[in-house]
Order: sequence, then structure tokens, then C-alpha cells
Amino acid sequence: MVEYRIDRRSGVATYVQIVQQTKQALRLGLLEPGDKLPTAREVVEATAINPNTVLKAYRELEREGLVEARRGLGTFVRRGLNTAPADSPLRTELDAWAVRAREAGLERDDVDALFTSVLDTHFKGDES
Amino acid sequence: MTETAIEAAALSKRFGRRRGPALDGCTFRLPAGRVCAVVGPNGAGKSTLLSLAAGLLRPTDGTITVLGQTPAAARERLAYVAQDKPLHPQLTVADTLRLGRELNPRRWDDRVAERIVAEGDLAPDAKIRTLSGGQRTRVALALALGKRPELLLLDEPMADLDPLARHQLMATLMADAAEHGTTVVMSSHVVAELDGACDHLLLLGAGRVRLAGPLDDLLAAHKLVTGRADASLAPHTVVESRTTGRQLTALVRPDGPLGDGWQTTAPTLEELVLAHLRAPEAPALRLDTPQEAAV
Repeated sequence: MVEYRIDRRSGVATYVQIVQQTKQALRLGLLEPGDKLPTAREVVEATAINPNTVLKAYRELEREGLVEARRGLGTFVRRGLNTAPADSPLRTELDAWAVRAREAGLERDDVDALFTSVLDTHFKGDES
Repeated sequence: MTETAIEAAALSKRFGRRRGPALDGCTFRLPAGRVCAVVGPNGAGKSTLLSLAAGLLRPTDGTITVLGQTPAAARERLAYVAQDKPLHPQLTVADTLRLGRELNPRRWDDRVAERIVAEGDLAPDAKIRTLSGGQRTRVALALALGKRPELLLLDEPMADLDPLARHQLMATLMADAAEHGTTVVMSSHVVAELDGACDHLLLLGAGRVRLAGPLDDLLAAHKLVTGRADASLAPHTVVESRTTGRQLTALVRPDGPLGDGWQTTAPTLEELVLAHLRAPEAPALRLDTPQEAAV
């Protein structure tokens, strides 16, 4: 089971926060195929947000094929999200790159801006 | 269940001839199952509107229909909590709930009412007059939700609650809406406390409807733009604009794509409401499917 944390000051739409947090839980393996998502009632009782917002987020996850609603039973995870594990070659490369960036005198914010800009170039138009 | 929770057509209310109207030709439609925020400055007509919907006042002009009936006929199906939470000061908490049960024999749900009271650590034998404002709000909400209403009208419900009680009661309201599809209408002038909880907005100003419709649609219809002060925003509708040096910041309703010279962001509920409050002359916008013309 996941627990959602809603940040009202983040500027990110509430249903998007639920979608993102569900995906994050899938990536980290906190949610696995067959697991049940909390009911709208359970979510709103914990977060005091609007129930229609929860349903909207679940519909979005369903549209992406990540979960399925089973009538009268609840919403269940259909598939996980693959991600590069911590010791993957991609991570090793990125790690080496970060070392070089630091040696080149870049600060954290510079790296952040650079990384975001490269992400924007290559993943433009993709859904987050 | 009825599809429309509240429908108002040219609804007006005057208190005495010398004073201006409290409500002045309000037309809007609230679908059932929504959680609607009624927002506006003091004196905008929020309380008058809720009293009319509850059937405690009669319109001077125009009509208001509640759950497909007149407010008086729908009284059993709705619950109303007034701003001052009127309760009998000499009754105990338990007596007050018993009163609710006996006045609503067909609808009353003890579990709901008792759970709301229990969450607040209220002693059943405490007299209402010994309770704090927040505790009274809790009892009033227990009384309203215990009635299992289809439509819940709350006038400034959270005003005297501490943050924890506010969160608990909002969560209770949302859970009730999730489970039973209850339509909730809440007035407030603190916009932040409604953000996230409401999916429908009715913004009143000087007795008139300024904005009405699903919150997401209303937010999507507006953009916050920043650009050069000498650039033109035509043909877009400008709700509010401010110039600082060479920079112009505005809340607009785009009519087609905005040009390249503008940096745009989506407004928050608070930004949307504040801009409209600062610009009382901005045109009204209704996105609540104006079906009344066809009827």
C-alpha cells in the first residue's frame, strides 16, 4: 500500500502528484503487480483532498496501462515500471560525468540546469 | 439521485428597499457530487446565497432549485450549517445528537455523528455552552452529516478551527463525499483552506456571479503572462494587469495562442481568485454548461 503526500504549495496539480507518487512507488518496487491502491475514501481521509481528484489520477494511471479498476473490488497494479538499477552502466557513466562536472568547477545548481536542459531536449513532449 | 444539486436563474435578494441588493441576478448551475467553493469578499452575498439554498430566505426575484425541488421541499435531503453554528447552549453533546436522531427519524446515522464527535475528544455529557468555538463547529457538523444529506451547505465552516481540527473535518467531509456522493457547498474567504478540497468554484462579487464552473476548466481558461509593457495583449481578455518598469504581468483569458513574447504559467486557485478580487470590473466567466437556455 502507498501513502500519498500532497504538497499544496508545490504548484503541481494534486492529481499529478498522485500519479507521480504512484509511479515513484512502482519504480522503487514499493508497489508491485497485483497490489491494490488505496480507495478514494482512504486517500481523502488521510489527505483531506477532493475524492474526484483521486479518481482522476487513477483514471490517468489506468489510461497509461499501469493499473486497472476492478468493479466493486478496487484499483490494482497491472505492471511495474522498469528503471535502471543502482549499479547499472548508465548510472556509472552518469556518476563519472558528475565527477568531471565538479572538477570543471560547476556547482550543484549549474549541473541541475544543464541536466534539465538536456532532458528537455531529448524527452520533449514525453509525459513525465 | 438528482443530477443538478443547485440551479439558480436570475436569483436576487434585497433586504429592505434602501439597501442595495445582497444578490443581484445570479445564474449558475452546480452539478451533483461536486465539492463547490463559494468564494468572495465580505458582503459579496455568500451567506445570502446559502440561506436561499437552504430555504431559510425567499428570493426577491428569480428562482433557485435544489436537488430538483424547491428548497423548502428539499429540506429533508439537505443539511445547512450557519456561520454562527446555532445550537441549544443548555443541551449536552449527547442530547444534541439525540435531537438530531429524533428530528430526522428516516435518515439519521448514529455512527457518522458519533464518530465526528469522538474524534474531537468531546465528553458526551458536556453542555454546548461550555464548548469552544471549534468544538461547537464539530458538533454542528456531526448534526449535519448524521442526517445523511444529499446536499451539505456550510457557511464558513472552518473559520474557528485549529489546523488539526480543520484537516480532520475536511478529511471527514471528503470521505463522506467519496462514499455517498454528497454534494458539498462551502463558503469561505480564506481561499487557501479550500484549495485541493474543491473541484467546483463559484466566485461572487457585489451580489453577482464572477466565475462559475469546474475548477480545472476555470484554471485552464486563464494564464498568468509576463512580457514587455509595450506589447499588446489583444485580442485576449485581460482580467488584471500590472506594470513594473518595462515589465507587464497580467492574468488573461487567452483567445487563441499567445504570442512568443509572453512567458506564460498556469495560475493557482489563489492567484485566480485574487486577480478577480483586485479587478472587480473584469467580465464574468461561466463554464457551468448553461443549459437553462434550452429548458
